[in-house]
Amino acid sequence: MAQKSRKTGPSGKAPLADDVDAVVRGVVEKYGGEKRAIIQILQDLQERLRWLAPETLEAAAKKLDVPPAHVYSVATFYKSFSLEPRGRHLCTVCMGTACHVRGGTAILEHFERKLGVRAGETSPNREYTLERVNCLGACALAPLAVVDGRYHGQMTETKANQLLEILTGPSE
Amino acid sequence: MPTYRTHLLVCAGTGCVSCGAFAFKDALEKEVARRGLGDEVLVVATGCNGFCERGPILMVHPDGIFYQRLTVEDVPLLVEEHLLKGRPVRKLMYVPPAAGAPVPKMADIEFFKHQRLIVLRNRGRIDPEKIEEYIAYDGYEAAAKALANMTPEAVVAEISAAGLRGRGGAGFPTGRKWDLCRRQPSAPKYLICNGDEGDPGAFMDRSVLEADPHAVLEGMIIGAKAIGAARGFIYIRDEYPLAVSRVSIALQQAREMGLLGKDILGTGFDFDLEIVRGAGAFVSGEETALIASIEGQRAYPRQRPPYPAQHGLWGQPTVINNVETWANVPSIIRRGSAWFSSLGTETSKGTKIFSLVGKINNTGLVEVPMGIRLRDIVFAIGGGIPKGREFKAVQIGGPSGGCIPKELLDLPIDYESLTQAGAMMGSGGMIVMDEDTCMVDIALYFLRFTQEESCGKCSPCRIGTRQMAAILARIAAGEGSLEDIKKLEALALTVKQGSLCGLGQTAPNPVLSTLRYFHDEYLAHIVDRTCPARVCKNLITYFIDPEKCVGCLLCLKSCPVNAISGERKKVHVIDQAACIKCGACLSVCPAKIQAVMKTTGEEGRALVGEIPARTGP
Repeated sequence: MAQKSRKTGPSGKAPLADDVDAVVRGVVEKYGGEKRAIIQILQDLQERLRWLAPETLEAAAKKLDVPPAHVYSVATFYKSFSLEPRGRHLCTVCMGTACHVRGGTAILEHFERKLGVRAGETSPNREYTLERVNCLGACALAPLAVVDGRYHGQMTETKANQLLEILTGPSE
Repeated sequence: MPTYRTHLLVCAGTGCVSCGAFAFKDALEKEVARRGLGDEVLVVATGCNGFCERGPILMVHPDGIFYQRLTVEDVPLLVEEHLLKGRPVRKLMYVPPAAGAPVPKMADIEFFKHQRLIVLRNRGRIDPEKIEEYIAYDGYEAAAKALANMTPEAVVAEISAAGLRGRGGAGFPTGRKWDLCRRQPSAPKYLICNGDEGDPGAFMDRSVLEADPHAVLEGMIIGAKAIGAARGFIYIRDEYPLAVSRVSIALQQAREMGLLGKDILGTGFDFDLEIVRGAGAFVSGEETALIASIEGQRAYPRQRPPYPAQHGLWGQPTVINNVETWANVPSIIRRGSAWFSSLGTETSKGTKIFSLVGKINNTGLVEVPMGIRLRDIVFAIGGGIPKGREFKAVQIGGPSGGCIPKELLDLPIDYESLTQAGAMMGSGGMIVMDEDTCMVDIALYFLRFTQEESCGKCSPCRIGTRQMAAILARIAAGEGSLEDIKKLEALALTVKQGSLCGLGQTAPNPVLSTLRYFHDEYLAHIVDRTCPARVCKNLITYFIDPEKCVGCLLCLKSCPVNAISGERKKVHVIDQAACIKCGACLSVCPAKIQAVMKTTGEEGRALVGEIPARTGP
């Protein structure tokens, strides 16, 4: 999995092993090599590489001089870290209470059906990742979905279809 | 500094930005320049105005005119009429839900009229990315006063006398916390701002950080003086990128002005702050877990005492307060404890920010004096329930809180009254629910939430929340027994008493409060296999009334699982075995036809022939 994904990264050209080392070195040095900054370091790495591959985590452990187990323990504990490759498009459905009472669950289920994946999964062709989030704090827009970083409020099945048509349409 | 006759204050909080506030602002700036008003009119992007329901929002200063739900297309008319001809545009103004005439001035709108702003005093009027604007409204005056003219003891005494209590949930007296930390002999000491706002439905901390970051910085500088800290951390939730960026800018500007760093304002006092981003774990809002997270560990809570004030970050004395608590501090020091404690109730002083969301007309953030009645928040400020539905309950305090039913609408809101009613102040999320909200479903929602977010360190929380969620799921599916209610109550007690941290200790509250006030709904699910609010999927049935169906194919086409059969102009039928109860058919069936029905219990089962229909009398 990991090997393959490196060749098919979201940008078309995924970083090679040397690049991963260079990226890790740069990020760790940005935080002065401080072990306590591990969460920030992993966040920056994920931002750069889109997900945390085993070799990324191992390189970070080496550079920070901590056991790989520690890096894994942190990376698996926090939800914003993805230890699997993410798709080219990220759809997030808010599951906050305000969204819930205004029908957020139905919206999530609609996305699941339309994309053919469950929340937290990536489509086999690595095009889409569907995620749920606890609350984005934009409750006036409930129910809320975020597609590639753009917020779309007062979501309905029809609106979701329109959004997904843009993503899945023939433009690619 | 150039002066302008008019300021156009465009809300740039997350809510408005999501509705296109930046595009609107850009168009507005261009049009202002094009019409030659560039020297007279200034367009300002402010922090969250609070009335998120109506975004994008524009406030015209000094006229006080409030425009709402704006689009780029409204720009030419707005500039032409209001700015050039001096004629406010009525059609872009707010119209109350009860209908009637548009209300031109912000100060006259019910949503704003009943609010009392201390923490949010600068909302919608300053550009949060310009420290000069914060300073212009008395900013950093309190920090200067504390650093230059007050002893640490005097600062602590002032905060204690004000009666300020923690705004993050439990309501611990802030002055006492500071005093405990101040008395610790060990050094160094640290300050932390808890901006890991995890309660779903609460977004006041995000709004404060986005709209007025300097208020938090100033509060922390004062706190640093009080306890003798040289370093502090602002922990911000990963889901709030705009807050992170605004606080970073604020830190940079404060350093440049000598308000952070070495020898602040020439007083010889050193203090600096840094941002730590969270990584998506609800439990890290718990103070000991948050400390572990800053240390670069998994966010596991630990036993208290010792409290962080004695043994906190890296084992050193640490004061950790919530965003809203810190933002209260400058006003207290500047205006005095007597002023602050004159607001609120006997035990709860000052104001509290609530996020008013859910089934409510005026969604948004409101800051009100403690002791205000729930009824005033929901009906006077919130404008009541949309679509003429019936008010059912308010859920306060998120996963730690509970539901307050309509019988308690006259409850004056403070820490004690909410706890007595089985809810909790929490961080102040208020989710309004109407007759279409199922209380069993809500209890299940919260228990699933806490079960997923439980860190797993202690077994009462880890196992207890899972078992409670399983029982609730059974009840919601119509497969519960009366015995299950007893089991829920017993488990709730165990989880409450046995859990290590606040997450587990309060996790049963949503169940206990719904059992207390909405027992009938549980019984309906168990005994009658009915969901009165028609939410729980296993207990509802969608049915097309053959008398009403005109055969328009709309529902047939919308069904994601092709469970509807029929032809044009012929009655459509739902295949109950295939139906996934998503409700798509109901939402597309035209209002004038209303052939699709959502039913529950025996009524539904009779319609689809699962049980024989009851014969008439």
